[in-house]
Amino acid sequence: MLGFDLTYFEAKYQVSEAVCQVIGPVTPQGFADYCPRFVQGTFTTIEILVLCCLIGLIIAVPMALARVSSNRLFSVPAYIYIYVFRGTPLLVQLFLFYYGLGQFEVFRESFLWPYLRDSWWMGIIVLSINTSAYVAEILRGGIVSVPQGQIEAGRAAGMSGSLLYRRIILPQAFRIAWPAYGNEVILMLKASALTSTITVMDLMGQTRTIFSRSYDLEIFGYAAVLYFAMAFILTYLFRITERYLNRHMAYR
Amino acid sequence: MTPEESVLTLLSLGDAGWGDELLRGALLTIEIALVSLAIGLVLGLATAGAKISHSWLLKALASTYTNIIRGIPEFLIILLVFFGSDQLMISLGNWLNYDGLFEINKFVAGVLALSLIFGAYASEVFRGAYLAVPYGQIEAALACGMTPMGAFWRIRMPQMWRYAIPGLGNLWMVLLKDTSLVSVIALDELLRQSNIAGETTREPFMFYLAAALIYLLFTIVSDYGRHRMELRANRGVRRV
Repeated sequence: MLGFDLTYFEAKYQVSEAVCQVIGPVTPQGFADYCPRFVQGTFTTIEILVLCCLIGLIIAVPMALARVSSNRLFSVPAYIYIYVFRGTPLLVQLFLFYYGLGQFEVFRESFLWPYLRDSWWMGIIVLSINTSAYVAEILRGGIVSVPQGQIEAGRAAGMSGSLLYRRIILPQAFRIAWPAYGNEVILMLKASALTSTITVMDLMGQTRTIFSRSYDLEIFGYAAVLYFAMAFILTYLFRITERYLNRHMAYR
Repeated sequence: MTPEESVLTLLSLGDAGWGDELLRGALLTIEIALVSLAIGLVLGLATAGAKISHSWLLKALASTYTNIIRGIPEFLIILLVFFGSDQLMISLGNWLNYDGLFEINKFVAGVLALSLIFGAYASEVFRGAYLAVPYGQIEAALACGMTPMGAFWRIRMPQMWRYAIPGLGNLWMVLLKDTSLVSVIALDELLRQSNIAGETTREPFMFYLAAALIYLLFTIVSDYGRHRMELRANRGVRRV
């Protein structure tokens, strides 16, 4: 693990240097001076975003299914999970887990402690849990809006429970939920900036470090441009995939 | 002291506990949220007006504002407004040859940033609600002899309300949670108070949990309020 970490960090460093070699001369001086930091921060932000999207989605699907289940044993805990994590600020959740867990011996002595102590891992964990609640709610909306006739038709064709979900309900629910999911991913890109409060060196963390040295407002401007560019690219990607998902409905 | 007793002492009011500090923080949180809501609503209405107007300049300005706010993190906006207004004040002081120390009020900076964020999102809600009212109704009102202003106030506004409430309710919840971000500019709202309490007593878990529960309570109350407002706004609509 450690060996992998080192090569990975080394690679990240090399890539940042290479990128800055290229873009350095064509960017303003204020940016070029700190370019490697900006690029590394951007990498970390993308890392966090991709990992949290995946983990969040993996948690969200069963959570959404539990939420729409007619069995109260599943639906009530799922409802509470979703309500609590959507109803409290992400910043409070980050502080609660990052600073709060260390108080308990159970966590300090568990084999997971090296990870729980690490702000990067804690950021990933909390952000994933947080986004899973939002995504579960979005998916629930998708599942509920699958037309009843489709479900009846599936049943009439002899499909039961899991097959019905796999073939009929979930594919359509994902398609309906896709634009809202795209919004959530962009909100998460912006929310990931909060991990800098627990000392993660993402784009925001790097920006704050640079700012504390130079005290130059320009720095925030460059970070804003980078975040804006990422949000713009994400919006574009979601728009083309949406068109792809709905290709059978084109020209209607 | 048993653990239960120590928790009660820590959360009690007065000098021994941190209960009153937390409550004061919670009040400030509500205050920030309400002031930002008021300013943000005005800003949102004005921006929506600009988006609907026929002037390309107003339209371009309004959509630039919304797109910028929506594309960059709230956290960054708050820091930008805080440090930006600070430097603006300093250069203003230099320009006026004022020697003393100018300091922008943290509350003003926090509220300004949150209002800017709320206004950008609210403008989209208002625009959608404006367009959701069928134009035929306005034509009918004009045909009945109402002035355009009268038609706006008596026909469009009451119905816009109905379309706007769900969206505005969501934005209010987001705003309420975003107030926690102003703790980073050292404004003593709920999160920062529990921060201080947790560090002083070395019981961070309990105080962050307390803060989370208070935020959750705000959410529950807001949810209920939104539900009541939706019922009221929809009382003239036939239900299925």
